[in-house]
Amino acid sequence: MSLNDSGYKNQQFNQRYQKMYEQVKPKPPLVQNLVGAFVVGGLICTVGQVFQNYFLAMNLSVKSASAMTTAVMIFLGALFTGLGVYDELGRRAGAGSTVPITGFANSIVAPAMEFKREGYVLGVGAKLFVIAGPVIVYGLLTSVVTGFIYWLIH
Amino acid sequence: MNKKRGQQSIIFKVPPTLSAAAAIAGPKEGEGLLGNYFDKVMEDNLGGQDSWEKCESYMMEVAITAAVKKTGLLMMDIDFILAGDLLNQLIATNFAMRSLERPFLGLYGACSTMAESMIIGAMMLDGGFATNIVAAVSSHHDAAERQYRFPTELGAQRPLGAQWTVTASGAVVMTQGNNGPKVTAATIGKIVDPGMKDTNAMGPAMAPAAANTMWQHFQDTGRSPDYYDMIYTGDLGSVGKELVIRLIKDKGSDVSSNYEDCGCMIYRESQDAHAGASGCASSAAALCAYLYPQLAAGYLKKILFIGTGSLHSPTSYQQKESIPCVAHAVAIEI
Repeated sequence: MSLNDSGYKNQQFNQRYQKMYEQVKPKPPLVQNLVGAFVVGGLICTVGQVFQNYFLAMNLSVKSASAMTTAVMIFLGALFTGLGVYDELGRRAGAGSTVPITGFANSIVAPAMEFKREGYVLGVGAKLFVIAGPVIVYGLLTSVVTGFIYWLIH
Repeated sequence: MNKKRGQQSIIFKVPPTLSAAAAIAGPKEGEGLLGNYFDKVMEDNLGGQDSWEKCESYMMEVAITAAVKKTGLLMMDIDFILAGDLLNQLIATNFAMRSLERPFLGLYGACSTMAESMIIGAMMLDGGFATNIVAAVSSHHDAAERQYRFPTELGAQRPLGAQWTVTASGAVVMTQGNNGPKVTAATIGKIVDPGMKDTNAMGPAMAPAAANTMWQHFQDTGRSPDYYDMIYTGDLGSVGKELVIRLIKDKGSDVSSNYEDCGCMIYRESQDAHAGASGCASSAAALCAYLYPQLAAGYLKKILFIGTGSLHSPTSYQQKESIPCVAHAVAIEI
């Protein structure tokens, strides 16, 4: 491989270099990541279930108990983000802590904390949904499309 | 006689001296491999300031002031300051310069800025345009992270090839005359873009630029890799370093025994920085805190210091552009 060929848009060099890179690229520790995601994700869901059972035992309806559980889990996600623990958790657990609703809380509280220095309007206000925004946008879009299909079928 | 050699290099006629260097770092760097070598280690990532950006400016002020103090000069003896950082519009540097009140040129070469500043500074000194020059850079992990990636408290998992932006600032004072390590030659790099788009793999994106400049330096100056005790690149990390060795091997040369990357010299394995350090201050911290004292004491006699920069922005990345990279080499000898 000639280095002198490593100019802009030199496809030959780029392809050969990409191959060289694939050889030395560190492989993600799949087993470790999967176990981390499974254990942490499972623990978060267990905590949620404990609260749900507690609210059900207080004679709340299933619907109300679910809503209360969601609120508690969002609070916990926000609390542990504020304490600076959630990013440490996410580093090890990956999707295990991103996918549950606590991860959603983290994705909103993290920018809120970060951009407070830019003020409450242009900082917190404008950047609050910088991570969660796309999820909400495409979540809404998907539910509209799904609703439309449902309406067509029935 | 013309001082330019070959296609991209310069041989200095009156090699400028590096008369002092200083570096300040954050707590994570303080716990790292170079922890004992920094002039100052901050207790937290704010350094007593109320934002990360202000902290970065503060670090640069401290590094420059400390380096100038070591030479016995006064700040007003410094003719020009050449400095830069990673933040948009160079705010860390520009704001640091408010209190120093010296003539100043802001430079942006991303993480190659230390080498860039030193090359331009050396040219100004050899050209007789100045007597004392300061070259300095800074970077801050949290300030860089929020500009380039995600909010710092977001629970995202970093891939193993990712690098950790160094929180530190380093400054060198360059002087005409005096004894000490001298900048004897330099090679200015071309932009090399191997078409990589993953900003979590910046070391591999920059490796061809580093290898290109290194190779061109040998061609232009007629020096071979063994001419140097050690060759250092700025912030390629462990993956980029391996790629440079392979690229140079393909050219029929071997640097595996006397080549190291500054990004592999900052953090310990246990600090979870993954592939190593990055940022302007990766090369600057290694140079100012460790390599300079080694050179001044004579433990190292000839080094080639190659600053490496990936010149993308969050906008270019979002628009799916590949990462253009550059590397500049500075030969320092005693």
